[in-house]
Amino acid sequence: MEVPENIKKRVTIPFEEHFYAGHTACQGCGASLGLRYVLKAYGKKTILVIPACCSTIIAGPWPYSAIDANLFHTAFETTGAVISGIEAALKAMGYKVKGEDGIMVVGWAGDGGTADIGLQALSGFLERGHDAVYIMYDNEAYMNTGIQRSSSTPYGAWTTNTPGGRRHFLEKRHKKKVIDIVIAHRIPYAATASIAYPEDFIRKLKKAQKISGPSFIQLFAPCPTGWRAPTDKSIEIARLAVQTAYFPLFEYENGKYKINMPNPKKEPKPIEEFLKLQGRFKYMTKEDIETLQKWVLEEWERLKKLAEVFG
Amino acid sequence: MNTLFGKTKEEAKPIVLKSVDEYPEAPISLGTTLVNPTGDWRTFKPVVNEEKCVKCYICWKYCPEPAIYIKPDGYVAIDYDYCKGCGICANECPTKAITMIKEEK
Repeated sequence: MEVPENIKKRVTIPFEEHFYAGHTACQGCGASLGLRYVLKAYGKKTILVIPACCSTIIAGPWPYSAIDANLFHTAFETTGAVISGIEAALKAMGYKVKGEDGIMVVGWAGDGGTADIGLQALSGFLERGHDAVYIMYDNEAYMNTGIQRSSSTPYGAWTTNTPGGRRHFLEKRHKKKVIDIVIAHRIPYAATASIAYPEDFIRKLKKAQKISGPSFIQLFAPCPTGWRAPTDKSIEIARLAVQTAYFPLFEYENGKYKINMPNPKKEPKPIEEFLKLQGRFKYMTKEDIETLQKWVLEEWERLKKLAEVFG
Repeated sequence: MNTLFGKTKEEAKPIVLKSVDEYPEAPISLGTTLVNPTGDWRTFKPVVNEEKCVKCYICWKYCPEPAIYIKPDGYVAIDYDYCKGCGICANECPTKAITMIKEEK
């Protein structure tokens, strides 16, 4: 009972599946979908390094594994250090790392493990120039431990330690632009991607595979549980995040910026369309929404100028 | 049996280690999560209407499990052993060929 070849050619992303069902992600999880795309792009010849995050749970309780590739569980702050070490060891043993037929060493960490706790290991990995790919899946809070704010949480969001109300406050700081910190290392390849645009994400993963040197991809992965959103809206939310320019898609390659928005000429939609689907933003006042809208448009103008000057 | 994981799914058996000697020397995984039928998490189940299906495979592309597979005739089907009923497929289907109906057991 094989699927005919002509159907395999019609699908827009690689057909082979290296991610097993029965994993324990929540319903509508964006991170598990991202992990499925990564394994589709790189196949079985991959060493995946996962720190303490939701993906530790998704990859399965011992002795079972949801991932049909090599997997290394590590401590929260060490993803960058571990992928550096594995890459150096593979090279010392004479294996081909990265490139079309080489072994792929992939770090897969959440936003807490990248933007907060793992930042110095990430910086070290980028600075030393190891041939590995680091993917940050951004669900904008510490979801695995119960929705605590991270530095990637956006302005005005509800989390369990920014609960709002009369005696507390909502998240008051804007989202940390980790991608700008990464680009400051002047690495060969850095990009942002979204699970709503898998073709674009897989193209970026393949590009990161071909370019030698460290690569970084920031993947926008909605979390219905933590964002208090309906489980069937995950893709819609991720798509609106791109269309409102809240999370613009772009790549940075050898000093050049390139914006990869689906409709580059179209003006961004108002941010309310992105906010209204999620329960975590329902405590925002009108002023809060204006503040966030202003920040989103400022960052978008900044990116457009960068693409103009360094295009 | 025609499912996404075919033979691998049939062969998946729970691993029960009875004594210390049976444990591996290093903490390595011994089986796949296919032993874990997550289908019983479901409240609503997706049903495919083949008359409306245009074989675009958008549902297959966006399934986070993955529990949607492509049959040899080109239509899609859902592996109800693993589908958690999130509803992404029904929400993304351009022709509304997938509807969510209440699960009855």
